Amino acid sequence: MSLSDAMHATGVEVNYYFICKRKLWYFTHGITMEHNSTRVEIGKEVHKNSFKRKNKEIMIDNQICLDFIDKELIINETKLTKAMNDATRYQILYYIYYLENKGIKQVKGIVHYPKSKKREIIELDGEERQVLDKVLKFIYAIKKSNSPPSLEKKRKCKKCSYYELCFS
Amino acid sequence: MKRNYYIFSNGRIKRKDNTICLENEKGKKYIPINDIEALYIFGEVDFNSKVLNFFGQNNITVHIFNYYGFYTSSIYPREHLLSGYSLVNQVKKYLDPVERIKLARETINTASYNILKNLKYYNPRRNEKLEDIILKIEKERKKIPYTNGIQDLMGTEGRIRDLYYSGFSIITMGKFKMKKRVKRPPDNPMNTLISFGNSLMYTTVLSEIYRTQLNPTISYLHEPGERRFSLSLDISEVFKPIITDRTIFKLINEGMIDQNHFTKELNFCHLNEKGRKVFMQQYEDKLNTVIKHKELERQVSYRRLIRLECYKLIKHINDIENYEGLKMWW
Ligand code: SF4
Repeated sequence: MSLSDAMHATGVEVNYYFICKRKLWYFTHGITMEHNSTRVEIGKEVHKNSFKRKNKEIMIDNQICLDFIDKELIINETKLTKAMNDATRYQILYYIYYLENKGIKQVKGIVHYPKSKKREIIELDGEERQVLDKVLKFIYAIKKSNSPPSLEKKRKCKKCSYYELCFS
Repeated sequence: MKRNYYIFSNGRIKRKDNTICLENEKGKKYIPINDIEALYIFGEVDFNSKVLNFFGQNNITVHIFNYYGFYTSSIYPREHLLSGYSLVNQVKKYLDPVERIKLARETINTASYNILKNLKYYNPRRNEKLEDIILKIEKERKKIPYTNGIQDLMGTEGRIRDLYYSGFSIITMGKFKMKKRVKRPPDNPMNTLISFGNSLMYTTVLSEIYRTQLNPTISYLHEPGERRFSLSLDISEVFKPIITDRTIFKLINEGMIDQNHFTKELNFCHLNEKGRKVFMQQYEDKLNTVIKHKELERQVSYRRLIRLECYKLIKHINDIENYEGLKMWW
């Protein structure tokens, strides 16, 4: 498998990989849920109302979608909640990684929390680069697989949009 | 919470900003688009492409009934939850005769389990005739795993259904007699109630299928094409005893419906507007009834159970988990 194959992942896929590999499998096989949760709605609103005056959502290679890159090549992301989990962090790290592989160096990620008016800076280091190398290979394998990873009930399941599908 | 809206009056349906406006001589009524799960139209209603587009954008199915209350068609918006992967697998399961009969058998196995559950529930004093029907159905049911092809299975299913319907007059204490199940058109009040209930079930299931990746035209028990959305017929089998039949028994046994709710014309019989309204009310109440779901560890409505059944089928089709139909556990 060449690097370019492995690099065919979207930010959401990287995000899902860290949340739940089963969720990633459903998602990459077109099995998505109707989203009608209020959380998603609120998230969308926050997204819409931040960075009103700048361009937002830049699509690169039809693969990754950046919320915003300004002149200094900074990736801006907006998050509803304060807690930064691995999934969010690696999603941003992946954007940086992706740009780096395209020859665009020294990109930084900035996460904004409109609620608390705080921000956080994210940079890619060598260790994380290696993690992402591996993660992309795993994502590739999950996409190719005809069956999802087996089911185990975790705490986060109850809040997951696939909960009813997994446990019906 | 989204819900079904039933329109009995004549008039016009229009889009007004983000609401639906019902207009007739009595005045105007507005419904926010986000409140609508599906629309049932019984009256004679005019609508234009603007409102149809609006329904389409908001993924709302519209079910249309004719003057006599017979279901005629649905406006089914463009599929919005597409999965090519899942569709290919849904078709594969149909094309493989072994796989197809497996699913069809489980559907009938589940339906007949729920049928037996009803018969036993409505037989607290152990009526001899009903006991006899139960025994006969149990005997037929044992044949399901050995049925040879869909035709054979359909034969078994037909016999179970005839036996079951012959118990209807006993359950309703002779108030509504029915000699024979006659469908098109129904010839007496009991047949009318069953036909009406079954078409409601079909539309409810169709609305739920629409909210999943399942393709409604590819089915296993019924031949695809038997009706346009034949998968809806398959899944309905599981829920008819749980939802429509129980609604019918309640309507009759609690005296909510009587001969005055029917109109007879020539040799056939249909529910009048008053009758339809009483039926819809009870049917809707049934759909909204909640029970505790063991695996999910939460309360779910009967309507949600239909969605969960769709999810189980998706898992079966994609070889994630074997389908086991919903056997009434309560
Ligand atoms: S319910 Fe749990 S196992 Fe299923 S996709 Fe969600 S997190 Fe993963």
